[in-house]
This record gives sequence, structure tokens and C-alpha cells, in this order.
Amino acid sequence: MKTRYTFGGDEHIFVEMDEEMSLDAFFKSLSMTNAVRAAQIDGVTEICPANASFQVKFDPDKIAPDDMLAELKALETTAESAERRLNTRIIEVPVFYQDPWTHETLMRFRERHQDPNGTDLDYAARINGYDSAAEFIVAHHSSPWFVSMVGFVAGLPFLYQLVERERQLEVPKYLRPRTDTPKQTVGYGGCFSCIYSVRGAGGYQMFGITPMTIYDPTQTTSYLRDFLVFFNPGDIVKWKPIDREEYDSILADVESNRYEPLVREVEFDLTAFNADIDGYNAKLMEALHGV
Amino acid sequence: MAFKVLNPGLFTTVQDLGRPGYFHLGIPVSGAMDRFALRAANLLVGNDEGAAALESVFMGPQLEFEIDATVAVTGADMPARVDGEAKPGWTAFKVRAGQVLTFDYLKGGARIYIAISGGVDTPPSLNSRSTYPIGALGGVEGRPLAIGDVVQLGKGVGAKEGRSVPENLRRMPGSPVELRVLPGLYWRLITEEAGRNFFEDEWAVAPEADRMGYRFRGGRPIEFEKRDQPFGAGSDPSNIVDGCYPYGSIQVPGGTEPIVLHRDAVSGGGYFTLGAVISADMDLIGQLQPHTPARFVKVDMETALTARHDRRSLLDKVRESLS
Repeated sequence: MKTRYTFGGDEHIFVEMDEEMSLDAFFKSLSMTNAVRAAQIDGVTEICPANASFQVKFDPDKIAPDDMLAELKALETTAESAERRLNTRIIEVPVFYQDPWTHETLMRFRERHQDPNGTDLDYAARINGYDSAAEFIVAHHSSPWFVSMVGFVAGLPFLYQLVERERQLEVPKYLRPRTDTPKQTVGYGGCFSCIYSVRGAGGYQMFGITPMTIYDPTQTTSYLRDFLVFFNPGDIVKWKPIDREEYDSILADVESNRYEPLVREVEFDLTAFNADIDGYNAKLMEALHGV
Repeated sequence: MAFKVLNPGLFTTVQDLGRPGYFHLGIPVSGAMDRFALRAANLLVGNDEGAAALESVFMGPQLEFEIDATVAVTGADMPARVDGEAKPGWTAFKVRAGQVLTFDYLKGGARIYIAISGGVDTPPSLNSRSTYPIGALGGVEGRPLAIGDVVQLGKGVGAKEGRSVPENLRRMPGSPVELRVLPGLYWRLITEEAGRNFFEDEWAVAPEADRMGYRFRGGRPIEFEKRDQPFGAGSDPSNIVDGCYPYGSIQVPGGTEPIVLHRDAVSGGGYFTLGAVISADMDLIGQLQPHTPARFVKVDMETALTARHDRRSLLDKVRESLS
């Protein structure tokens, strides 16, 4: 990993931890943004962690761009020596895979897809070496994921799976982006999963849908009364496959403001994780389900 | 204390100076595309510079006033009328209760700012009244104005009629417009020749130009340096591992048409960016019509900061002239 600093116009510094995605790059980005936030540098207006990079917006009338750059570089040393440990939360997110709504949408935009004769899941399964969509779905939900970035549109989480690189799933985006994606679609592009927080354009493959609202500008949803966006970078997510019946039941609870997502506080230690990935993930599941 | 929307025009939204502080959650800065024009309009009517006003693109609204108010229209050249009587731009005028404000056709520029004494008083969300339709935040129910909306105004006596921003202090783009760009971000992914072409070619604003971004076409396609795509980036040479997009950054999906990201842009994604338009020139983009010829001019940080300083001086002069 080699950190690269560059200006984005006269109001931004963009810092790339690494060209490629890895948990190391994500952790370093997160520790650096935490260090920048803690430093409370006068003139900084936005601190935005992303998958393997981050961005700082500043007011050049308050701090000269070169001084801002020097401040960030000085913080890199702090971030490097920081323990690669994170106090965060693990959240169970129910997913109805192969649901009728994303299916209808993917059929509508078939001519923009690599494989006009199949579904997004059939295609993803095939190019990742799985015999069936069902097997691919198991690979998608059996290990937890990190929220490595929140963005694109309001409250949309990008997620990176907590498995070694050989087991990462990879799919291209649609050849041409769709003009429509159902709200709360669980999507996939590159090595990232996502949940579309609002209905709209999108280029990620569509695998399913969650009944759980994750963005609510009216702040009426039971668990979004304090803040309209559910996810934060650093959250850990475990998908739970559900069927139509369970989908309808959870949706009814969400809509009547009765639903409470399953959320537990956890500590994540990257070094311990790297030493025994499956063992560590099993412990995360214990933390989630209280075994 | 309100006005009624008889006709919203093409796309009229409530905007103030924006909603900073939530970009890390995908919530863009929003706010007026031409902040200079917004500030001037507010100063003319005696509001705080950052009060919420209306932004209309290409076509003005028809508004019926329920109270007496001072109004000013800045930005694009689109003459206003009160009950049919023409009113000059960049100048404060009175509207009486019951009168109707309408607009002629657009003559130049793209966006007008309609400031009303007291300011537009829609409920703020996340400390701003700016409308962000994708996220349903701000404005009237998070959407553009619609026929029949009754929009509340704040309290304010308003400045007196006839105050005007001197013509030499009004800032509008020339043609071709020159947009100054600081190369950076993922500039290194493109060939040296592509970099030269980008600044040599004549571009024009494409029809796909809105509050999210302005697309340009007409220049030569951008060639990329050969490289193995990094893990997680995607297969197209214009792809990167998804990261944040600075306000003003220029992405070129597939290497064909540059898009300058503006106030309501997506906060990040998987396309490379080759640099950013300097902060001093972002307001100008808000006044560009489709098909306007454009050139990108390469500058360094020092020039960008000098331009920023000049823009602030211009605003100071407007403040002085109206104080």
C-alpha cells in the first residue's frame, strides 16, 4: 500500500490508501478519517471515508491548501500506529433473494445486461464458478460484510465481504446503467454489495430486496427517529435470507413503526480476524445471536 | 405571509447556501447553483445573504402574493413583471398583496434567483431549506414547487425599492465560457496526449445538464494509460475502486463525455475523475445553457486561490454598494 495525496480543486484533498480494495486499505482510511476528526482542524467542513480512500473538504480562506496537506500527512503516522481495532455494531439485515420486484425490473432492462437470456443472479453465479443461483446466494449471505462507504445517494451503504480475496465475489456493473431500481434492492458491482436506499438509477446487478427501510427523511420509522440515515462506515452486516411470508411480515412491522432490527455491539480486531477468518466470523455470529 | 404557486415553471426549487456536513452519508451539499446571484438577490431585499430563495431554470414561475413584499431577481436575464408591469433585473421592487409575479422568456444565462423579503420559510432539514429531490429533503416536501403550493415567508420588512447591483458587479459567463480546471485526483490514469487534447478541444454543454452535473461533448475521446485494473475497480479503464467525488470534479465515464459534478451530484462512485473546476468558476456553470461552447483552461493552485480571492472581492463590492 502506498498512500497518494492529491488536490480536488482548491477545496478538497483526496487521499488514496491503495489503488485496490482490501480490508487493510479500508481500515487505514477509517483510522485516518477518525484522526482527522479528532484533530479538529479549523477550516475542515467535511470528512468522508470511502472504501480504500477518503476525502476532506476545507475552506482555503481559513487554511492554506499546502498547510492542510501537511496536517493530513502528519496524521498518517498516527493512523499507522493506531491499533487496528474498531468498536462497532453488527446488524442482521433480512433479504428476500430472487424477489418479484427486482425480477420485474431486471427483465425490463435486459438489453442493458451482459446476459440478456438469464437473470442477474444466474449470471453472477456462472461467472463466479457456482453451479446454481442458490449456491451463489449461500456464498453471498454466509459470511458478514463491512460497510466500507456510505454514499452515492443519501444513506446508501457499500459493503465488502469479510472473507479472503480468493472467496470474494466479483461481478461487473450493467453494460449501461438502468434508469430504475426498486427502493431497498440488494445490489452488487465490482467486489461490493450495496443496498439502494431510494428508488432511482443504478448499475449494480440486482439479487434481492430487504423490507428494512434504511433512509427515512420523515424520520417516522421506529429505528430512524433520531437520524434519517441508518448505516455508518464501519458497521458490520449479516444478511439473513427470508421468504415471501417473512418479507411481508417484516414489511408490515416496518410500516407500522414496530420493527426493531437485530443490532449488537461488537469489537472488530483486524489482526485477529486475519489470523483465523472463519473462526473470527463464527465469533461475530455468536455476538449477533447471543449464543 | 405566503405566496401561492399559480405555475411552477419548468423546475423551481427552494435553495439557500446548502447543507454541508453530511457528505459522508451520501447527502450532497445542495444549495444554489449560482451562490453569488443568490447572495446578491438576498442583499437587495434586505435578507441575510444565506436566506432561502427560489431557483428557477430556463422558465420562471407565476406567483401570487398574499402580502406586500420586496422582491429581487438576479442571475439569468429573464425579465420579471408584476401584474404585467416590467421590472428590471438585479434590482429590488415591491409586490403588493394580491399581485402576480410572472416572467418573460429567458434571454441569457440559465437560472434566476427570486429573493423575497423575510426569506422563504419552508421547514429546514439538516439545517438547510435547500431542496434535494432524490433524498426528499428540504424545500416543499422535498420536491420542486407545484401548482397550488402555498409557500410560507419569514418576517421581514424588506429593503426599499430601487436598490440595484451595478452592472459591472454582475457576474455572468461569456461565450465560449472558460472553466478553469486544476488537474489532479486520477489525472495520472490518462495519457499525456489525452491531457493535452482535453484542454485544447472546444466542448459544448450537452442537453444533460442539471443540478447533479453538467455534461460536455464535442472534444476528442480520452485515452487511458495501459494498466491492470486494480482488484475491486471493475473492468473498464475509466473505473476505480469506488471513492468520493469532490464538488466540481470532472468524471469522464468510458472516456467520452466529461461531466462536471455540481450541487446535487452523487457523493461518490466508481468513475475516475481528472481534476476539478476551481471553486471560483462553479457559479458560472449554473448559468450555462445547453449548446454553449466551452473550454477547459488548465490552472495551478496559486491561480485558483487568486481567482477565489477576486470572486470574494466582487462580493464585498456588492455588499458595500448595498450597505
